[in-house]
Formats: sequence, structure tokens, C-alpha cells
Amino acid sequence: MRDIRLLHQMFLPGTLIGPFTQANPGLGGVCTFVGEVRTDQGVEALELTHYEPLTLKGMHELADRAFDRFTLMGLLMVHRVGVMRPGEPIVCVSAAALHRRDAIDAVDFCMDHLKSAAWFWKREKRAKGNGDSEWHWIEPRAQDAQDLARWQR
Amino acid sequence: MITIVFLGKLADLAGAPTLQLAAPLDWAGLKAALPAALAEAIEDPRNRVAVNGALLADKAALQASAGDEIALLPPVSGG
Repeated sequence: MRDIRLLHQMFLPGTLIGPFTQANPGLGGVCTFVGEVRTDQGVEALELTHYEPLTLKGMHELADRAFDRFTLMGLLMVHRVGVMRPGEPIVCVSAAALHRRDAIDAVDFCMDHLKSAAWFWKREKRAKGNGDSEWHWIEPRAQDAQDLARWQR
Repeated sequence: MITIVFLGKLADLAGAPTLQLAAPLDWAGLKAALPAALAEAIEDPRNRVAVNGALLADKAALQASAGDEIALLPPVSGG
């Protein structure tokens, strides 16, 4: 069971995870990660931009690599684009496998690559203190490159 | 015409998410057609270029003709 999607509207991860688990009968383990917009001081919204011809294709290529690298029965990878408020889910990755290590590592692998190598651009709307707010682009972080390097050893 | 798509902060520099330019375009022609700040920004080796959804290994080798879409892609955000 493979389900790779970009979503333009708010989603409830629980409504995806139940059916995904049911769609992989005989699994030994399922591991799920849900990422949400953090409630950081002064952050009013997060916007994710994507580029249609590259972003979804890139997610499918990442799923191919996860299936090659780990022994998986199923993989769910759902990513939001558009404007989100603190507390809203951004991403949900769930992997089903016969053995836990494959499921856990596949989710970790997909998340590290989604965070730092997938075609998404993020900006935050931050309060300025005078009642106005301003958009700020989020730059790549050194930690993201280190997270990716874990999978190149 | 050729459609130029600006992603991330390049869209802020361009003042719009897309721009139409006359075909054909090579790398020098594209830079000449863009405002100076944008032409300089796309030279940054971290900024990638795709034509019709295919990434160019060498953006200086850009060759686009009528109906093509050129995407200018800054580094993706982490975090």
C-alpha cells in the first residue's frame, strides 16, 4: 500500500493512519510521524510553497528509495502546502513493515529527506510588535545537512 | 513566449511569481532580460534551474524555446 500526496487543505492525520494500517494486513509494526507547525513566539502562520513539476515527483522518488532501502509493506507520505496556523499538521509519514526497525528507520529516512532535500520553500509570518506582521523566508540550516549525512554512511 | 517561474525568495526579488519572456532564451539571454538584482541572484551556485520540470546539471547550458517553462529554484528551506 503506497500513498504519496500533496495536500492543499488542512488534514487530520488520524483519518489517514487508520485506513493505512488496515490496508497492510499481516504487518508486524507500523511507525507514524506527524509534524505540526510549532507555536513559536510571535509566529502567526507558516506558508509552504512548492513547484508542481518537481515536488510531487521528488516525493515519489523518495518513496522509491525508501522501498529499495528498507523492507516495507506500505508507505504513507502526505505533505501540506499553502498557509498553515500553529498547531496544524504539516506532514504525516507512516511506514508498515514485518519488523519494527524497517518501519522506524523508513520514517526517519523519509523525514530527514523531506525536511532538507524536498522541493518546499517555507516562510513565517511574524508579529513585529507594533501590531503589524511580516513574512520571513526560512533558510537551510546546518543541522538539516547533518541529518541527511546520517543516511550517506 | 517562455514562462519564467520564480520560487521562494526569488519571487520576492522578481515582484511576481511568473514572467513571460520572448523565445528563444539561453543563459546569457535570460540574465539580460531580468532586472540586475535578479540576474545576479540566479548566478548564485546554490540556485538551481529546471526546464519543463527537469533540473539542469549546468545552468549555463540553458536552451529554452517557445512554450517552455524555466523554473528558478533557490535552496529549499530546512527546519
